[in-house]
Amino acid sequence: MAEGGDKAREEFLSEAQEIIESLSRSLLALDASLKAGTSDPSLINEAFRAVHTLKGLAGLFGAAKMGTLSHRLEDVLDGLRLGRMDLTPETLDILFNAVDVYGRILQVERDSLDDPLMIVDDLVGRLENFGAEDKEEMSPVVEYDLDPGMLAVLTEYEEHRLRTNIEQGLGLYRLRVQFELATIDKALDDIKERAKTHGEIITYLPTGETTSADTIELDLLMASRDDLATLIGSLGADNVVIEAIPRRGRPSRAPSQPLTTAPEARQISSMDAPSPSALDLADSSDVAAEPAGSLRSVAQTVRVDINKLDHLMNIVGELAIVRGSFSRLTERLRGEGQRQLAAELQRLHRNFDRRLAEMQDGILEVRMVPLGQVFDRLARVVRQISREVSKEIRLVITGAETEIDKLIVEELSDPLMHMIRNAIDHGIEGAEGRQAVGKPEAGTIALNAFQKGNHVMIEIEDDGAGIDDEALIAKAVSQGLVEAGEVPDLSRDEILAFVFLPGVSTRDEAGDYSGRGVGMDVVKTNISKLGGVIDVQSETGIGTKMTITLPITLAIVSALIIRVSRQLFAIPLNSVTEAIAFDESSVKIVDGREVMTIRGTTLPLCRLRKLFQFPQGQPDDKRRFVVVTSLGSRRLGLVVDHLLGQQDIVIKSLGKSLASVRGFAGATELGDQRVCLVLDPAALIEEVLVGVDTREDFARSNG
Amino acid sequence: MTARRILVVEDSVSMRSFVRNALEAGTAEVGEVEVTEASSGFDALRLLPRGPYDLVITDINMPDVNGLELVQFIRKSERHKATPVLLISTQNSDRDRERGLALGANDYLAKPFTPENLCSAASRQLGGGASPAEPNG
Repeated sequence: MAEGGDKAREEFLSEAQEIIESLSRSLLALDASLKAGTSDPSLINEAFRAVHTLKGLAGLFGAAKMGTLSHRLEDVLDGLRLGRMDLTPETLDILFNAVDVYGRILQVERDSLDDPLMIVDDLVGRLENFGAEDKEEMSPVVEYDLDPGMLAVLTEYEEHRLRTNIEQGLGLYRLRVQFELATIDKALDDIKERAKTHGEIITYLPTGETTSADTIELDLLMASRDDLATLIGSLGADNVVIEAIPRRGRPSRAPSQPLTTAPEARQISSMDAPSPSALDLADSSDVAAEPAGSLRSVAQTVRVDINKLDHLMNIVGELAIVRGSFSRLTERLRGEGQRQLAAELQRLHRNFDRRLAEMQDGILEVRMVPLGQVFDRLARVVRQISREVSKEIRLVITGAETEIDKLIVEELSDPLMHMIRNAIDHGIEGAEGRQAVGKPEAGTIALNAFQKGNHVMIEIEDDGAGIDDEALIAKAVSQGLVEAGEVPDLSRDEILAFVFLPGVSTRDEAGDYSGRGVGMDVVKTNISKLGGVIDVQSETGIGTKMTITLPITLAIVSALIIRVSRQLFAIPLNSVTEAIAFDESSVKIVDGREVMTIRGTTLPLCRLRKLFQFPQGQPDDKRRFVVVTSLGSRRLGLVVDHLLGQQDIVIKSLGKSLASVRGFAGATELGDQRVCLVLDPAALIEEVLVGVDTREDFARSNG
Repeated sequence: MTARRILVVEDSVSMRSFVRNALEAGTAEVGEVEVTEASSGFDALRLLPRGPYDLVITDINMPDVNGLELVQFIRKSERHKATPVLLISTQNSDRDRERGLALGANDYLAKPFTPENLCSAASRQLGGGASPAEPNG
């Protein structure tokens, strides 16, 4: 029972999380519609329903603070949706604040933290001032010749929407629709979508009349400004019959049609097309198929703890290791002349390989979640900060559907939030500043995500003032990060890369938001922990673009196994572009750095033998290779002794004591029980290309 | 005796699980049950033909087809009109609850409720629960 209780509680917390996220989305949409001067009552109702459900759940699962907060919020939102209060930016502020408070409550509930949650009491206190004025609603409903059966089933909210629509002079219509039970969701979404442009569907009432077991008849009550002919033209179909609901007494304000058109319309659109017998047969087979379909519809999704997926992925990793033994065994059998057995084993091996790959893909797919999850949170932050610093910001999001590993999404939230704060605080100019240079008053931040090969790219682009090189250089010099004399030799990219060094900020006084003790160096560290890199581009007066390149998943990677001296290493394949034979004579020295030219472009080199301080120049050196690694726009050629082949590996952490050693992503076990270190190309590129001074430290710390 | 079939209509998944767990754990009071979950009013309409059910427990506030509409549909339906309906509502929705009862719902349960409240309300509608031999009050 206790275990069942824990599980139920987990389910509750994860549903609550989802509801809070959907609440946040509704509020963002409301905010946008408020700004655009439009209103969509369904958004307020969605927000109300979210809070309403949270209240109910909090009651059942004993989350007292969540219950108290939800109770007060429900009152406010109920007042809003029933038209007793008007939505103001101040109210929205409080509601957005509530989303954050809910987040904290969940955290406290989930981790059983010792936090009295005073923030809830504060917010509830502020909500006390939001009393709903009791506007008495008139009842123009009686003006319509509505079926009393239909009126009786309206919830309070639906009745309010009906009144409001009538008050606003919209006409009422009844849509009698017949849907196949099996496909009702799609049919419903379809008609909802098309009805949206004409008005509002107030309720859906099943009539109880059925022509067959697999169809259902519903009456949709709809309010619309359009006339009957328009609605029939747009929504009418064989299974959709539209009638205007006539007004009683005084002449109609609504653009409703003369009464007589209704039956006509009905005839036209409900004309039964004689169905050929072949169709009948098809129909009857549908009846037989229907029950299975309806069963499936009930529960199509399950929630899975990410740790369970990790566990499965580890098993796949172990199996991949087992797989390695197959080929060795096959070779041995062949060597001992057991050809038939060897062939049989090889067939098994291939089959095993294929299934294992499918299983791995399947598990990876389950781990993927859309980036939209974190983007929604960012949209809230943008709104909050832009209000507090009085800068108007337009956030344009593309690619929210791009999928990435759940664990990566979780870790992305903070770095992205910090970068957005930076963009608003340092990047986007104040309104006057923008006007002076002829930019629109509202600044724009574009958040773009897309997949590129095995990577996901996220761009954060603002149309602000761009990074001030001079200030950046001055800061870097004053912090002793670069010698003043070296500055003239630096490329613009090298200068911009200073923003990622510890202690550098382009402004002396850090802004309110971006100055909260976290610098871009921390952002960079967090991104590289995820196996990603971050690049910056900036143009003075035009704006700044930060580009993050991330692997799609951390769980399992294909790697190239190489040998340097007697040591084996794995290099994740997602950062390898090619491997070519190394020709000592093609090496040139440019700026004190070894480079070679491939296909017209210069490739900086890093001799791993030298980096790891292995003995130099052995006789077997004559045939060596260059593994070209790249991340973002940077490339580095790693000079290695041997290429041993490609293998899927599960990267294991090196443990806490070795966590500070840079250049390694972890360790992995190869099929033959050999353990090898996994190189971290992102860190290597970093150390070798940027940190000329830190290279020695690097070698020492690994030595 | 055969298990009593109960249709639970509720759009929150953890609320549904709560109701299911309570009913399944309350065998002593409710008797053996077979719970079917519907995640919306539409889902319920789709699942009703797979009945008949011995009891329908439904939330009122659901998008599209709401609980009241479901009650009316059940009462008008030849096949299901005798099926008892238990409404789940919140404390401050008296109006909706009254409407539900007027439409023919048999009883209501206000959120939040305990598993015990739920089981006794369910067993009243099921008419004596596990021991039909015992007269019920």
